[in-house]
Amino acid sequence: MTSDALTVNGLTKVFNKNLVAVDHVSFNVKEGEIFGFLGPNGAGKTTTINMLITVLKPNEGNATVCGFDIAKQPSEVRSCIGVVPQEYTADEDLTGLENIILCADLYGIPREVSKKRAEELLELVEMTKFKDKQVATYSGGMRRRLELACGLINRPHVFFLDEPTLGLDVQTRIATWNYIKLLKKEYSMTIFMTTHYLEEADMLCDRVAIIDHGKIITVGAPEELKEALGGDIMTLSIKDGTIDISPVIQKVTRVKEVKKQDGSYRIKLEDGEETAPTIIDAVRAAGHNVTRLSLTKPTLDEVYLEYTGRSLREEEESRDAMFRQRVTMHRAREGGH
Amino acid sequence: MTQKNNSKNPLHGLWALTNRELKKWYKNPYLFILSIIQPLIWMGLFGRAMNISAIFSQNPITIQPIPGIDPSVIDRINQAILNASTQIMEKTFGTSDYFSYMSVGIISFVTLFTAMFSGMSIVWDRRLGFLNKVLSTPVARGSILMSKVFNAVIRSIIQAAIVLGFAFALGLTVGPDFTVFNLLGVFAAVFLIGMGLSSIFIAIAIRSTRWETQMAVMNLLNLPLLFASNALFPTDLMPAWLQPFTKINPITYSTDATRQLILYTINTQQLMFDFLFLGVFAAVFSTMGIVLSWRHLSR
Repeated sequence: MTSDALTVNGLTKVFNKNLVAVDHVSFNVKEGEIFGFLGPNGAGKTTTINMLITVLKPNEGNATVCGFDIAKQPSEVRSCIGVVPQEYTADEDLTGLENIILCADLYGIPREVSKKRAEELLELVEMTKFKDKQVATYSGGMRRRLELACGLINRPHVFFLDEPTLGLDVQTRIATWNYIKLLKKEYSMTIFMTTHYLEEADMLCDRVAIIDHGKIITVGAPEELKEALGGDIMTLSIKDGTIDISPVIQKVTRVKEVKKQDGSYRIKLEDGEETAPTIIDAVRAAGHNVTRLSLTKPTLDEVYLEYTGRSLREEEESRDAMFRQRVTMHRAREGGH
Repeated sequence: MTQKNNSKNPLHGLWALTNRELKKWYKNPYLFILSIIQPLIWMGLFGRAMNISAIFSQNPITIQPIPGIDPSVIDRINQAILNASTQIMEKTFGTSDYFSYMSVGIISFVTLFTAMFSGMSIVWDRRLGFLNKVLSTPVARGSILMSKVFNAVIRSIIQAAIVLGFAFALGLTVGPDFTVFNLLGVFAAVFLIGMGLSSIFIAIAIRSTRWETQMAVMNLLNLPLLFASNALFPTDLMPAWLQPFTKINPITYSTDATRQLILYTINTQQLMFDFLFLGVFAAVFSTMGIVLSWRHLSR
């Protein structure tokens, strides 16, 4: 087996002969990594995941999961992965425990093993109390935890999460992140996830790929991507707004760019925390008093907007996908009935 | 990590999926009772309301006394007419009691409706994302389809048993060859017809994401399948242009088989042919369904 849990080469999916949902996508995911697919709705995230979990057939390109080819060895791929789809797929009429056992049976796991694992997983996601209640009575967060538990019943090597916190409120979302981190620690697996929440990618992922219009625009660790934007931003004002001290600031080491805007200076710099005091010293030495100062670290939001643009999008999603998303949001929000 | 504990049995998951469907039925008392009451209402309404036997028994045609003819001769003629009306019933329906004829026909009818709805459930599984989740597991593609088929078949058999139980209670008159073992034959016929019909409806639904389409297909097919069969009325008396359809309609054969086993003096050759037809029907369409599920469940 290679050291990469996922290798993807030129993967392409075309719907109805002309809608290119995923366009020659290539990337690798290392063993044990949390890899995030970040992009707006309709960017091709779910289509990519569906090809990797062998539910959709690619039109072009190939990929391996745990060293198995998704087109030639689909059964092997299916046995070594766990999937948590975007939708709540647990059967509402069954109880939480019955749902987990159903998943186990789909993998052909013997009952004595699956019972033990189910209890263990329910304990981990703190659902033991509710295991004998019908899923219809669960809140969005509980459903999500149940889905996580179901996805892990076969002890997967690679765990696929499609929009794991879609439609959840902030508290539940943060709680869900903690469960994901906990499960990752407990079972040491590789995680491939999609999201359009930037803070989610920033919080959880070791590396992210930004995807838009079916193409990967950039890949890297969140920190790297932020730094690639050109470092931190400092805004600074001095008492006398009429003179321009840009040349003074520009001379400070690690300052990359200075712009005077409406009486204040917008400075791009590296290592903001350490460079800022040097700048203040330089300004003072030139005989000016700093009246106002702010330092911002770039967020993944800015990286994302830099790459995907700020324009609003005309969504082009299938009727089916839209319906499922609506159902998911609705169920997440109804919070038990 | 990935453990080699997954059984190599290709049927793994089949029962799990079938049981999931059945649980949705028997764990929901309203749904369960409704699905049982429905055929009983049909049986009561059609079997009792369309009281064809009464056409003869309650409106007897009698010849009034004719002067010059011995009244005892008139009585004998009247008796003969009454006997003839019973014979007409028996010749037409194979039994003098339309209720018995009809209530056995209801068994095929119940199976048809249960099979139709099994197509709907795959549309819902696809729309709600459950199907994608199942497809990402190593479960055999054919098992996904067959679990729906078996669900429909098991439901049909249970419903058939209940319909028969009520029919007996309401006065179904069994034929001379009837023994309790014949019921096994009845369930076998229901098994085969249910398997074939639900395979057809699931195959139609296999790529569909719109339940509206599925509803339209069901509405288009259900009444023609029912009326162009012997479930409600003997096909011999239907117009010549309709006869060929009744001859290829599997419901004709399942109904004939169940009537032979319960109501009639068994014609062994005819019964064998019924089962042969049903067996081929079930085998062809379930195989077709499995092949389609290999090709079309994943897109």
